[in-house]
Amino acid sequence: MPIEVNGKSLETDEEGYLANINEWEPGVAEVMAKEDELDLTDEHWDIINFLREYYEEYQIAPAVRVLTKAVGKKLGKDKGNSKYLYGLFPYGPGKQACRYAGLPKPTGCV
Amino acid sequence: MSDIKKFMYLNRRAPYGTIYAWESLEVVLIGAAFDQEVSLMFTDDGVYQLIKGSDTSESDMKNFMPTYRTLGDYGCRHMYVDKASLEARGLTQDDLIEVAWEDFETEEEVDNIVEVVDAEQVATLLAESEVVFSF
Repeated sequence: MPIEVNGKSLETDEEGYLANINEWEPGVAEVMAKEDELDLTDEHWDIINFLREYYEEYQIAPAVRVLTKAVGKKLGKDKGNSKYLYGLFPYGPGKQACRYAGLPKPTGCV
Repeated sequence: MSDIKKFMYLNRRAPYGTIYAWESLEVVLIGAAFDQEVSLMFTDDGVYQLIKGSDTSESDMKNFMPTYRTLGDYGCRHMYVDKASLEARGLTQDDLIEVAWEDFETEEEVDNIVEVVDAEQVATLLAESEVVFSF
């Protein structure tokens, strides 16, 4: 089902992930978060931006375990744990944050 | 999981043209969740999978070479490259990417887990592995 972002219609797959990563803009995350009834804070954006940088460098969405470790390294140990990340993204930091960031579903995620 | 086995992923084919290299990489990424002792071996045209500076922009295929550099984060400890296969293609270790490994808890670090090995070591390493996936 396509989503409406700033007057544009963007294609998504059956699980709600953006079909074309290049169509991403911050508004995508805003629209998706609104559907989930979630208010995006700076802390959410830290993770979303981190995921986009990770994808840019490695061409994959990291597995949640790898994400947790990498966030801890980049943003500090207090943020590199699943309690913190699940607090921000209750549907799972891997799935939900990657979806907001316009990335494909993490490899190995069911 | 207490039963840790030595897994070896043997890569023998060129990165593009067939799906084998990408499939192998995906299995390694997925398998990392199971906490096994994982190593990769590159022989024959498989050595081309680790060439640095690859560019697929004109081939209409996703360039997945950057993904190899994240394997250290996925728990892969060794990436072996067959020396004879490299030499037969006019390549040396300088032509290959570097992959860092780090243990976030102990802060133990290895700058580069890509290692060129000779035929005898290849045979020994394969014989020592408990599970070998060949791609």
